[in-house]
Amino acid sequence: MTTVTQAPGNPLPFGTSRSRRTFAGRAIGWLRANLFSSISSSIVSLLLISVLAKAFVSLVQWGYWNAVWLVPDNNPGACRAVRGLGACWAVIPEKLRFILFGTYPFNQQWRPALAMLIFIALFYVSSRPKWWRKELALIWAAALVVIGLLMWGGIFGMPYVSQDRWGGLPVTLILATFGLAFGFPLGILVALGRRSKLPAIRSLSVLYVELIRGVPLISLLFMASVMFPLFMPDGVNIDKLLRAQIAFILFAGAYLAEVIRGGLQAVPRGQHDAADALGLSYWKKNGLIILPQAIRHVIPPLVNTFIAFFKDTSLVLIIGIFDLLTTAKTSIVDPAWQSFSVEVYIFVSLIYFAFCFAMSRYSRHLEGQSKPN
Amino acid sequence: MTTLKPALPLSRRLHLALTDKRISGLIWQVVVVGIAVAIVAWLWSNAIHNLSVRRISTGFAFLGREAGMPIDDTWLPYSPKDTYLRAFIVGLTNTLRVAVIGIVLATVLGTLVGVARLSANWLLSRLAAVYVEVLRDIPLLLQLLFWYVLMQGLPAARAAWKPIEGVFLSNRGLVLPSIPLGSGQLWVLLAAVIGLVGLYAIRKRLIARQMHDGRVRPIWPYALALVIGLPALTSLALGVSWSIALPELRGFNFVGGMTLAPEYFALLVALTTYTSAFIAEIVRSGIQSVSRGQWDAAMALGLRRSFVLRQIVMPQALRVIIPPMTSQYLNLTKNSSLAVAVGYQDIVSIANTTLNQTGQAIEAIALIMLVFLTISLGISLFMNWYNARIALVER
Repeated sequence: MTTVTQAPGNPLPFGTSRSRRTFAGRAIGWLRANLFSSISSSIVSLLLISVLAKAFVSLVQWGYWNAVWLVPDNNPGACRAVRGLGACWAVIPEKLRFILFGTYPFNQQWRPALAMLIFIALFYVSSRPKWWRKELALIWAAALVVIGLLMWGGIFGMPYVSQDRWGGLPVTLILATFGLAFGFPLGILVALGRRSKLPAIRSLSVLYVELIRGVPLISLLFMASVMFPLFMPDGVNIDKLLRAQIAFILFAGAYLAEVIRGGLQAVPRGQHDAADALGLSYWKKNGLIILPQAIRHVIPPLVNTFIAFFKDTSLVLIIGIFDLLTTAKTSIVDPAWQSFSVEVYIFVSLIYFAFCFAMSRYSRHLEGQSKPN
Repeated sequence: MTTLKPALPLSRRLHLALTDKRISGLIWQVVVVGIAVAIVAWLWSNAIHNLSVRRISTGFAFLGREAGMPIDDTWLPYSPKDTYLRAFIVGLTNTLRVAVIGIVLATVLGTLVGVARLSANWLLSRLAAVYVEVLRDIPLLLQLLFWYVLMQGLPAARAAWKPIEGVFLSNRGLVLPSIPLGSGQLWVLLAAVIGLVGLYAIRKRLIARQMHDGRVRPIWPYALALVIGLPALTSLALGVSWSIALPELRGFNFVGGMTLAPEYFALLVALTTYTSAFIAEIVRSGIQSVSRGQWDAAMALGLRRSFVLRQIVMPQALRVIIPPMTSQYLNLTKNSSLAVAVGYQDIVSIANTTLNQTGQAIEAIALIMLVFLTISLGISLFMNWYNARIALVER
């Protein structure tokens, strides 16, 4: 492995020989430069090509050639026949509505679908640097209120749907988005607290961050689902989804605080001094001078934290909340479709992948922009 | 502020006092701490009240009671008749066994993928990039469930896959040949460890002498003597007999050898591959952080690429790699708690069962926190020590 390492920053020797102008000539040049540059490299290439070709053929055979795409009226007989040889993609359209929306009333499912679109529009708007203004907070507040109205209903002729009927992708998006929307301000406060000169506030912030970061998320979720009722006075009963949401906000707050603290440390001392010299109060100094610079420094790691957080919402499966992964897992409990879980998991993986990949591409794009040439 | 004239009106003096940094700081602290204490006290009084209503006694006395929970996959002897304390210790060893082995495997795999990502071979580097991107962008829990379903979909023990002689992969898990360890074998292992420590000391000494006169002294004779010779001598002297226990199929299950249960194996594979993707990125950016000039200078000296990577680039890259690596190790350890989703009984899973059986929620969660905070602290201390050791020595 070590012998084929390329020196970093070394531009690929594309078309090594200038005399070859034809397409075939350039293709051969490219192959020689990138796949067969040395004996060891050639061996690695040939090995990989043979393994990949084999894997590709069996994948196409399983996933396309022998696969069953549709079955008549919920009868997996055709799928049973190809078991082990081909994929049963028919399970996806069969269970699609349940995977995406859970047990939300069937004829009302346009509401969570619309909520999902609003979420995606919200993410898109938030990703444009030209929108990074004060109005964005208002847009977020408005969008979250509209999503709440859509999901609960009870007005404008939409029947009320209680939270325990919610499920699927909207729940995943709600947990992630509300977690970030509330966790972010919390993270800013804690990060400021951790850098504060006041010892009591500093140690409280450190205690909070280290306690949350020191334990697995699952134990926080167990706490939210099992211990939370213990800590409430008699008669107060908070919904399970809301309890998990609170756990996620606390969790996100601690992790975001650490990222933001990194940004705060990167703001030069002179900025503080200058703000002090202008006679700005603590909150004005941080809100107007320090935080905008600090957050700008850490946007790529912030997006990475968002990705991790989005993936972590899947852990609610363990406390029985119907997010996307739980609906997927539940959809194949149905005995008729039990043996086709791989197909369902692949489908759900693609959904998660689409969101996370978009975010990671975006983070890389920002990183590329911030670097001076 | 102490030189205020008494002529100022009271409201003005109050305003000045409130804007004084020290006083406003004090007020802020009192307010924030007061709120925090009030919330905790309120929650605590509710909890005490609720516990007394439900007749649950607080305290760790329940640890001495009989657990009555079955644990399938253990290294330590355990039966449901044992106490909760014993169950917790078994759970802790289960957590450590998946975390430690996972960390080692993920480091090796991640380093290989990270180096492959920088390979001059286009196919290899693209493949490594795809590996990293796919594994990083899918939730670990989903990957774990996926691996577990695949494990369950494997053929039954009778039709087990046999990639090499003595290795069986079936829906009973992975069965490997093992070497039965008695006291004699342990002595030999101890000899090998002593040999390694001795070798380390000798290496240090040899390098010190090389620094002195510039002559390279070979280390392999010492290695041969200490790491191979010493254990071999011990083995001969004690008359230890070595045997390999090959597993074989009897009836519906395997006898002999070492079995990795499907739950454990799925968890180990999921944790290793997922974390290795992150480690690969850390290794890649670490290697790339070493400036181009270091490569050029080393190559100009006529050194081989592999030597340059090992002796010149890697030691410098390690300084960038170690801190984020520490947090990946911590993540892997914390992520091992996902075991509960496939029914592997780690500490979190056992605490959860205990909590359901006894209602001792606060104590169970406190134990989880204690265990994980201790592990985190242990890993951090070790990695900080290692980091300090490899840090750049400024002269």
